[in-house]
Amino acid sequence: MSNHHVPPTALSRRVFLQHGVMLASMASTIPAFIERSAMGMLATQGASGPGVAEDRVLVVVQLSGGNDGLNTVVPFGSADYYNARPTLAIGGPGTVRDATGQALLLDRDQGLGLHPNLTGLKELYDSGRAAVIQGTGYPNPNRSHFTSMDIWHTARVDGKGTGWVGRYFDCTCNGTPVPEGAVAIGGQAPLAMMGEVQKPIAFESAELFRWLGKELHDGLDAPYEAINRAGPLEGIEQDTQMNFLMRTALDAQVSSDRIRSAVAKQPLVTYPQSSLGNQLRTIAAMIRGGMRTRVYYASISGFDTHGGQIGTHANLMRQFGDAILAFQNDLKAQGNDGRVLTMCFSEFGRRVRQNASNGTDHGTAAPMFLLGSAVRSGILGAHPSLTDLDQGDLKYTVDFRSIYAGVLEDWLKAPAAKILGAEIRKAQLLTSG
Amino acid sequence: MAPNPLRPLASSQFDYWKALHLLNRAGFGGTPESIRALANLGLSKAVDSLVDFDRLPEPIVSRRPPGPDGQWDSSIMRPPTAEEQAVATAARRANDEETLARLQRERGMREVRDREQLKELREWWMTRFLETNRPLEEKLTLFWHGHFATGYRTIEDSFHMAQQNELFRANAAGNFRKLVEAIVRDPAMIKYLDNDENRRQRPNENLARELMELFVLGEGNGYTEQDIKEGARALTGYTFIDDSFVYREAEHDSDLKVLFGKRGRWDGSDFVRFMFERPGASEFLCLKLTRFFVTDLPGSPSVDVREFVTALARLFRDSRFEIKPVLRAIFNSEFFYAPTNAASVIKSPIQLTVQAIRSLKAPVRSVEALTAATDLMGQALFQPPNVKGWEGGRSWINTATLFVRQNFLVYLLTGRRPTQSDWATTSDSCDLTHLLADLRQGSDPGEDLGAESTARFLLRFTLASKPHPDRIATLVRFLESTSSAPENDRLLGAMTLVTAMPEYQLC
Repeated sequence: MSNHHVPPTALSRRVFLQHGVMLASMASTIPAFIERSAMGMLATQGASGPGVAEDRVLVVVQLSGGNDGLNTVVPFGSADYYNARPTLAIGGPGTVRDATGQALLLDRDQGLGLHPNLTGLKELYDSGRAAVIQGTGYPNPNRSHFTSMDIWHTARVDGKGTGWVGRYFDCTCNGTPVPEGAVAIGGQAPLAMMGEVQKPIAFESAELFRWLGKELHDGLDAPYEAINRAGPLEGIEQDTQMNFLMRTALDAQVSSDRIRSAVAKQPLVTYPQSSLGNQLRTIAAMIRGGMRTRVYYASISGFDTHGGQIGTHANLMRQFGDAILAFQNDLKAQGNDGRVLTMCFSEFGRRVRQNASNGTDHGTAAPMFLLGSAVRSGILGAHPSLTDLDQGDLKYTVDFRSIYAGVLEDWLKAPAAKILGAEIRKAQLLTSG
Repeated sequence: MAPNPLRPLASSQFDYWKALHLLNRAGFGGTPESIRALANLGLSKAVDSLVDFDRLPEPIVSRRPPGPDGQWDSSIMRPPTAEEQAVATAARRANDEETLARLQRERGMREVRDREQLKELREWWMTRFLETNRPLEEKLTLFWHGHFATGYRTIEDSFHMAQQNELFRANAAGNFRKLVEAIVRDPAMIKYLDNDENRRQRPNENLARELMELFVLGEGNGYTEQDIKEGARALTGYTFIDDSFVYREAEHDSDLKVLFGKRGRWDGSDFVRFMFERPGASEFLCLKLTRFFVTDLPGSPSVDVREFVTALARLFRDSRFEIKPVLRAIFNSEFFYAPTNAASVIKSPIQLTVQAIRSLKAPVRSVEALTAATDLMGQALFQPPNVKGWEGGRSWINTATLFVRQNFLVYLLTGRRPTQSDWATTSDSCDLTHLLADLRQGSDPGEDLGAESTARFLLRFTLASKPHPDRIATLVRFLESTSSAPENDRLLGAMTLVTAMPEYQLC
């Protein structure tokens, strides 16, 4: 504790933290904001929210590799945090901790701050456009990247079956997939978006969402267009595979035009030069361009910080925070911030105690973030205890499926219980239904 | 009397274009030269040459497994020895963090090595697809991989995936019942469907359910929920140690069970035997084979298809679930060659890739790029999306995958990677003149090779069906407008257009 200056109010804060945890556990781990929403649901049952869901958009941002939740939302009020992480812990606001810096203040009473590089998230939080959801996880946590990611994607404890976003479409699309309803920016479409009926489309960049053969020879452009924009040719019967392919080829050209012309427009704000920045810029452009996509998916990887964590994690925090700030500001400038909800998650957090390589190993519960002007801004849920651990890992305080349930019911106006296949108490995430 | 749905094609009808259809469907297509050779055999011998692949010499694959003696390394994910376990237990007890950290690091390193071996395995299989002299063997191995779908992410043992792959290959055109007997004893499958946790005290129904629903009978087809429960009990104790199946008697439920209405102390073999006594056992697989080899139109099968499948199923039962007679019947049948079934199957990503390379003699620039491409198109080898395997058919195609497919063909033809900004036909381009050489010598001897006949041949050879007049006109215009360019450049241009035609996705 040599270079960690304990501020005078730390003790009371610590007591508060522990007290909060105790209350949470007495309430059989159901966080208060979920309880409240259960009551709220009774009051508003039957309210269909006419017209609101149609133009609403959900953007999912995945932090792959297991983001270190404790160094993202920093419990600087807890001495246990500093004990468990002698070299990795981030100092509280106003403290001196050269290697890791000082947390940005979130809530002094709760002793919580943000990673120093999350200035973007801090700005969103301060302007009422961000919710921090504490301790999200699920029962019997799995510490394999793949399995845990599959559990988050399927919203099922066995991690098997279709994706939760895919089931949302299946449930609401009357048996016909919504064209471009689900779009992932990246090489492969995530499991989360795979339904029985609804299939996502995925592309790495708008530049690749077109035929590249045109650049071979000037003479190829016209015949290619003639071939692919013709639609079903004369004499090709309706229900044949050939007819289906000719229709899809025409659709592809039309989508390509729309997406590329949307993306070609200069965005209203400057985006950071990063992979996530580019992905979110593309998504914002598509939203601005009036695409009918309901759910977008972006991802940033590299969070598997087993060794030499400080620098790697700091870079990722910078990229993440700056990209989401630019994105939200862009949406605001477009006038679309009220109809876009962004949800950020990682497959798990990391072990409380740092390892021998100045890194952290696979853990369990970690924070999620919700962004947008419709969210109930603030810190939701209780920070998991740093002492009452499960094999060295945090015990989750919020089942992530209650967040999905809240997003589905209140944002997308969809039947969460049917989609999630279980009666999950939804979390109250929005300022109004 | 109604005509026999399996009646063979008249042998006089078997020509070059029928041979092309056969080689596309029973394999991955071929050069004009190899199609001509197949056509010259006549129908029955041509089919035999594909189906009786086991009479051909073992394929020589230019890539070898990386383990000792050119085998797959079975030791990477081996279970810890008693000694290693003792060290770990002691360290945990003593809270010896340093040792625990070391053990975890070692485990992490083994996982990395195992993923490397899986990558090798994927590339080895892709190479085998491209080089094998037994295309039907490989195509069936892929069929079984999709049928008994098992994914590496759950298994996390590349050797078990390699082992299962070899099981599929060894039984590719063997006996279906034998294959099912083997699959309930296959470590990868046992792990994937949790049968290693299926114990007397705590039965796990996963394997029993999927055996009936997805592998043998089809969903809801001749079994009850009760049969699933009893089937799961019959399979208790079927597990594995290291790389081998073991039957743990202590975990097996040897009490009386009622399976399909029969009372007895049934075990897993009885369970499999009973399933094969149900009519569904022959129909379910024959429909799936028909969808794979003959037509994969969505929706419920047409009357013609149903009659074809019923007749195949009878043959399948009569031959005690031997697969070869079914394959021979399919590939000899008039139905298989009927115009309605031409160009009616959407190429899987593997089919698209392998057929393009084998038929156009496109250079294999990087096998890694090929496996990455099929991943992008939605078919990652050793990682089917779920236990149902790849859905196939129209699910392969959407507006995004269509561009991936078209751009991938541009890459195969020209060597231009989709991410490169400048374009150049390099010396690395595909040499397509061999396609025309055949046209010159073969089908229309003495005829002048004008734009029209070139266009017609390229389209017919590539598109698996008679080309539409609009497509011929488009291609003729292109060839005429480039008449002064070098022959191979013109052909490359023409083929980038043909492979960008929507109907190119069919075979």
